[in-house]
Amino acid sequence: MQMQAENYNFPDAKGHFGPYGGVFVAETLQAALLALTIEYEKAKADPAFAAEIQYELKHYVGRPSPIYHAKRLSEELGGAQIYLKREDLNHTGAHKVNNTVGQAMLARRMGKRRVIAETGAGQHGVATATVAARYGMECVVYMGSEDIRRQAQNVYRMKLLGATVVPVESGSRTLKDALNEAMRDWVTNVETTFYIIGTVAGPHPYPMMVRDFNSVVGKECLTQMPEMIGRQPDAVLACVGGGSNAMGIFYDYIPDRNVRLIGVEAGGDGVATGRHAASLTAGSPGILHGNRTYLIQDANGQIIDTHSVSAGLDYPGVGPEHAWLKDTKRAEYVAINDDEALAAFHRLCRTEGIIPALESSHAVAEAMKIAPGMARDKVLLVNLSGRGDKDMATVAERSQTVSGVPQ
Amino acid sequence: MSRPVSRIANTFARLASEKRKALIPFVTAGDPSPMITVPLMHAMVDAGADIIELGVPFSDPMADGPVIQRSSERALKFGVGLNDVLAYVGEFRKTNQMTPVVLMGYANPIERMGMKVFAERASTAGVDGVLVVDYPPEESLGLLETMDAAGIDVIYLLSPTSSPERIKLVSAAARGYIYYVSLKGVSGAANIDTSDVELMIAKIKAQTKLPVGVGFGIRDGDTARRISRFADAVVIGSRIIQEMETATPDTAVEKVRELLADIRKKMDS
Repeated sequence: MQMQAENYNFPDAKGHFGPYGGVFVAETLQAALLALTIEYEKAKADPAFAAEIQYELKHYVGRPSPIYHAKRLSEELGGAQIYLKREDLNHTGAHKVNNTVGQAMLARRMGKRRVIAETGAGQHGVATATVAARYGMECVVYMGSEDIRRQAQNVYRMKLLGATVVPVESGSRTLKDALNEAMRDWVTNVETTFYIIGTVAGPHPYPMMVRDFNSVVGKECLTQMPEMIGRQPDAVLACVGGGSNAMGIFYDYIPDRNVRLIGVEAGGDGVATGRHAASLTAGSPGILHGNRTYLIQDANGQIIDTHSVSAGLDYPGVGPEHAWLKDTKRAEYVAINDDEALAAFHRLCRTEGIIPALESSHAVAEAMKIAPGMARDKVLLVNLSGRGDKDMATVAERSQTVSGVPQ
Repeated sequence: MSRPVSRIANTFARLASEKRKALIPFVTAGDPSPMITVPLMHAMVDAGADIIELGVPFSDPMADGPVIQRSSERALKFGVGLNDVLAYVGEFRKTNQMTPVVLMGYANPIERMGMKVFAERASTAGVDGVLVVDYPPEESLGLLETMDAAGIDVIYLLSPTSSPERIKLVSAAARGYIYYVSLKGVSGAANIDTSDVELMIAKIKAQTKLPVGVGFGIRDGDTARRISRFADAVVIGSRIIQEMETATPDTAVEKVRELLADIRKKMDS
């Protein structure tokens, strides 16, 4: 198994991660996906492309992001040391911008002047609107009307940045429906438009491409951790909705079998209640949004509405590479429910002065759960994928029974 | 190949000898209500339909426009799933052994049922073809083998963006007929430019002997007639569903019958 991890080389040329991934889309999009795959391969081989991205990530995004030792939190828990990869300090406040910078550059190379995106919590929408403004492109963001209601502040941010936000009224009016609608736009405007997908899902080459653009996170950790503690961490933790921040920090650690990889899904009201978004923990394989992966579905193969306190994890599928890492047991996947995530949110606010995104709070919660059972010299590295400013309304609404929380 | 000649092949052979083109209506099974589906299928045949495409409702119909999305949502409110759709086909077959029925939909309901189980049940019910929007030839070798064994045609799509290489690939995999998506967009979108379509049909016909049907964006008898001059079949979906949306449950079947009869008349004139 060790050799397998060291030689890890996925996806294959057709975009498969074992049985997962692939290109399950209608004929109209086949040509566009092939063109994108070819252009991406060319760009990857072009040193000028890498240099351009590196420049943007450094001067525009503010990379590298620091790693921070959450000492007070670790001491309170009395076990393993918790370190936070501070993706919340990026421009626009989350890891999402790593990917949108990369895809926007690719759109420029391909001569596309119009970009579209889907968004759930609005972080990917904001990151797309940001780079569209930066490079002078037209930008249309599809967002479920239910999410527009929940994330009014991010909707306004996107509008300030010059994007058009289109409410999606079909289905459950959340992220999956926004993705359907963005795909429909792309089918219709495929010659002029670049579709910037925000997560490691969708048809090939998106899962690979979005992973690659986000893998800067794990690459930085590989050099930062030895600088800080003289070695790599014992485990890396990240929240998983579609799974882009998790793939970003996991990817370069896959060959190192000494490092546990732990993906934390949204358990919602609890996996047993059926009201959750934990597709790896409680779902089954199927085909949605252009790839084969784990899905939350009913006996008829219909996709079931998901639930999570964090809009960014509220998705019934998951990136196909996570499905593969689960089946091959290279990564472990667990679920954290809404209340546990909220408790972790408050605890990080008060012990470290850091307000995490509700999505990232799921990963923090899992670290808080396992740290006390570990020795003090063990190290957990948590991807703090975004900041929580966008979540103020949700937190205020959901925390009325938490003692000491201002109302 | 020892496959029996399919109902689909028979239908196109008969039409060719009559110098007529196939009229293929699409409706979503269970829309506007499950009780209507079988009577609606019979009424469409009475009005001149040669093949019926029956939509399998799916929660996330990515390639469809708002009209077919709504029809799917209405059917799902009644809990209509793939098993129910197969039951409707079985019911229809009790009194009609002539008209081919093609199931059209998305991959996941079939994945969920399991390919082999689906093939057996579909064959028993009297299904003649399947058109799965998100199973392109590259990802559906298993489907093709299983359906071939069950005597069910796998129908594939081609589109305005299909390259010559893909036309070749799809033509080699296709059974029954090829469904040409006449425009870049979702089902039920704007009206089509028939001269563009004609050019592409010629390119496809250079690669395959299979009949080629045209769908997406055909909204009236005149367009259907123009298309049928160079294509072997005309598919009409969103327009039929809209007709039912403006009808009451009592008049829906009659309105569709009238619409199709009018299109049939124009196509044959």
